[in-house]
Amino acid sequence: MGSRASTLLREEEIEEIKKETGFSHSQITRLYSRFTSLDKGENGALREDQVNFRGFMRTLAHFRPVEDNEKNKNVSNTEPLNSRTNKLHFAFQLYDLDRDDKISRDELLQVLRMMVGVNISDEQLGSIADRTIQEADANGDGCISFTEFMKVLEKVDVEQKMSIRFLH
Amino acid sequence: MSLMGLRRHADLWLLGSAMLLCCVSPLKAEVKNSEHESHSNSNITGIPIVTFKWEHVETPYLVALWVLVSFLCKLVIEANHHVTNIIPESALLICAGFILGGIIWGADLQQTFKLTPTVFFFYLLPPIILDSGYHMPNKLFFTNLGAILVYAVIGTCWNAASLGLSLWGCHKGGAMGELDIGLLQYLLFGSLIAAVDPVAVLAVFEQVHVNEVLFILVFGESLLNDGVTVVLFNVFDAFVTLGGAQIDAVEIIKGIISFFVVAFGGSLLGFVFGLLMCFLTRCTKNIQIIEPGFIFVVGYLSYLTAEMLSLSAILSCVFCGVCCQKYINANMNENSVKTVKYAMKVFANGSETMIFVFLGISAIDKTIWVWNTGFILLTLLFIFIYRFIGVFIQTWILNRFRLVPLEFIDQLIMGFGGLRGAVAYGLAVMMDENKIKEKNLMVSTTLIVVFFTVIVQGIIMKPLVKWLKVKKATESELTLIEKVQNRVFDHMLVAIEDISGQIGHNYMRDKWKNFEEKWMMWLLMKPSARKKQDHVFNVFHQLNLKDAVEYVSEGESRGSLEFIRNDSAIIDFKKKLGEDIFDTMPDVTADTSFDHGIVLPDRRDPVPSVSLEMHEQTMNGLREMEDLNSHHLLQEHLYKGRKQHRHKFSRNHLTINTDEDEVQEIFQRTMRRRLESFKSAKMGMGPPKIISKHTKKEQQKAPNGMKRNSGDEDFEFSEADSASGYDPSYSYRSGGGIENPAFMADLDPVVPVQIPPWLAEAELYSGAVSPSQRAQARPPLSAGDLRRLAPLRISTRSTDSFMMADIPAAEQRRDSFDLPPPPPPPPSKDGRHQ
Repeated sequence: MGSRASTLLREEEIEEIKKETGFSHSQITRLYSRFTSLDKGENGALREDQVNFRGFMRTLAHFRPVEDNEKNKNVSNTEPLNSRTNKLHFAFQLYDLDRDDKISRDELLQVLRMMVGVNISDEQLGSIADRTIQEADANGDGCISFTEFMKVLEKVDVEQKMSIRFLH
Repeated sequence: MSLMGLRRHADLWLLGSAMLLCCVSPLKAEVKNSEHESHSNSNITGIPIVTFKWEHVETPYLVALWVLVSFLCKLVIEANHHVTNIIPESALLICAGFILGGIIWGADLQQTFKLTPTVFFFYLLPPIILDSGYHMPNKLFFTNLGAILVYAVIGTCWNAASLGLSLWGCHKGGAMGELDIGLLQYLLFGSLIAAVDPVAVLAVFEQVHVNEVLFILVFGESLLNDGVTVVLFNVFDAFVTLGGAQIDAVEIIKGIISFFVVAFGGSLLGFVFGLLMCFLTRCTKNIQIIEPGFIFVVGYLSYLTAEMLSLSAILSCVFCGVCCQKYINANMNENSVKTVKYAMKVFANGSETMIFVFLGISAIDKTIWVWNTGFILLTLLFIFIYRFIGVFIQTWILNRFRLVPLEFIDQLIMGFGGLRGAVAYGLAVMMDENKIKEKNLMVSTTLIVVFFTVIVQGIIMKPLVKWLKVKKATESELTLIEKVQNRVFDHMLVAIEDISGQIGHNYMRDKWKNFEEKWMMWLLMKPSARKKQDHVFNVFHQLNLKDAVEYVSEGESRGSLEFIRNDSAIIDFKKKLGEDIFDTMPDVTADTSFDHGIVLPDRRDPVPSVSLEMHEQTMNGLREMEDLNSHHLLQEHLYKGRKQHRHKFSRNHLTINTDEDEVQEIFQRTMRRRLESFKSAKMGMGPPKIISKHTKKEQQKAPNGMKRNSGDEDFEFSEADSASGYDPSYSYRSGGGIENPAFMADLDPVVPVQIPPWLAEAELYSGAVSPSQRAQARPPLSAGDLRRLAPLRISTRSTDSFMMADIPAAEQRRDSFDLPPPPPPPPSKDGRHQ
């Protein structure tokens, strides 16, 4: 934590973040120092996207491992950020760039293009995208909605595949 | 039913045992006879025409005979599934071994055939280990490697120490009576019986299908603990030889160092051999026929070399397989890969069968049995208890570090799955009876432990798994979206790890991947294989192939495939055989269309076929005619399959489209055709115009593409875009082949292009739907018609003419459904065409 008074992490904030995301105190402070080291411009936010620390933590919270005892604590609240649904929703939003709650073929194509090597031609990629959409698309609208997305990934062990261990 | 099965069972059993009895006894008799004969041969008086030269072929003959007998046992056992559902096959094989052993014992009064350590360790075990290494799920293995190592090393040491010490304690306490076994010998015994056996684990777990993490933990442990077992056994063996007095700190330290040397040395050796294998496969382009041979030979050499250097042979073999699998699968051609996979399974399974049968046979031997109730029962008890204790403690420690903690139920199964097997028996028999007076007792105990774990625990395992509701292995369907999503997850995790500033698992994996891509692949993989390395694409390719195969077999079962052999249809492809871009392209596009056609009925089935057609015409890079043929075949079958489902009211495993839209569309098509036939009956030459338009429409797409881009490659790419539904409005409505054949103003019949198969199909279709009209409209087919009819003739059905006849009907019907009015598309097309 630096000498910038405006961006010092206050105790109340830590408590809020803790409740919202489920990170422990030490994890939050550790991640805060990481955040500040990334935030070279010292504007209290990262890059042009203006992600502030809360947003940073919220995003990272998606990746916490799923814990069973969490369910006991947060009975009254909404689902914790790292529940399976929320994790999948985060993944869904990676594709859905225009935020229309649907993954269109173009969006899928973009993600595919990023992940796939240069050896694959565009139309092959297009075919892959088509087939992928078709595998998931239950109502035949040519796009994948979040429910369809969830359904088609129900066998995937999302809890394990989308979690990392956060150091204490 | 089961009675009959039993009877059959019994028959086979009788047959088998009788056969064996007949074989073995006379052979034994012959051995003696032939000895006499060979003596008497020295005084032959005449030329022997036929002689019985048993000793000439004795060894190989016996080996072959025993292999045959073991396989026959397996055959008999697998004949009845009711039994194998309850009792695992391995247990039944052991029982078969008992019976055979009994027969031999009865014939010979001694056990002439036993499972000797040499045969076991040098011939029977390597195939199994090589198979495990080659088929090891690498990602899963390395993700859980930490846990596996903990269980393998610490767990085995704990098992060995606790067992040895407890037994020694009980001995001192007098529970076993008079035995001449010292502490060191107890520890030696403990070390050999402590190890979980890979063969037994495989045999029992393969039928229960527990979830993959659990399986890999137990199985990985059983493989990796060999490193520890070998060390412990050798160390304690040396200690026993040296005697208790010589053991001091130096020796103990040497023992610990030898563990590291043996384990890491073995693994390293395995890696080296794996790399050697990869190099070899990289260069075997010209000798593809014996590529599989390299795999087996080098794998076996890795095992033997480690054995020679007194390193852990199993570790060497496992890591050889683990290291090379990715590269050799990429380097070798498909046939070789299949051969290797299959042959390895054959050898591994065969070895396993023989091991269990021989274990059973070896038990029927009076000379080795020494019964000491206390020793045996206590051993069983302690093995069981200490296994569970060990697993629970280690898991508790591990769960603090694992991402997904192991549940209690999984731990139970893991503890229960600590099966001992033939490795323990082999080690026990290898003991020197001069040094270890009570060797027979130990061998007997080992046998009993092995039988108990394999038979009793094997039988209990399945119901236990069901009762405890252990998470089962998910049936992995190869869906593309899962693969894509997994890839996304991987990337995501690396990014998040990087952002949150910690070096984790995924970061390491990413670094390894980069390293691998840069160096290893360059070094170890053929240049052509390197190009095809994308995982997502490979899955896609596999899915396509799978679908293609399904379709072809469906089509074959449906009817005549004669039209496939029509050469004229394939002519265009030959032109394009020049470039070798992506030889998997045909499958790619073919399958896309296929899927469109079958799974999503409202996607206007015909259109993908059309675009597919276009692709075919413009495709480059088709190296093999086979690919072409199968592609064409596929294309031929796409539409046909669907329609035949509908109209023959047949049920098959492909989903039948009961979608309203599809029904509509087909109905409309029929009506169109009927009108056409009516018109042609009146007008004579009407239909041809439309037919050419029809096919012309195919062509339309080609020239259109041409306009947009220059050059062949671009051409096909743009076509692909439109074909793959990128621009549905364009493709589906104006391009929908069957729907609006009539709306081509352009009469230029560039007909040599093959007619879209669905056209050929269409008349089949119409034939089935409206038989009455067949009689009505049959415009004479003259030579002049051949141009348009030739493609239609692809099918042998007589309703060819019907096709053209029906087209005009479509024209009228068109207005009734939601399609853009005819005029706009054709002119625009024409414009572009011009």
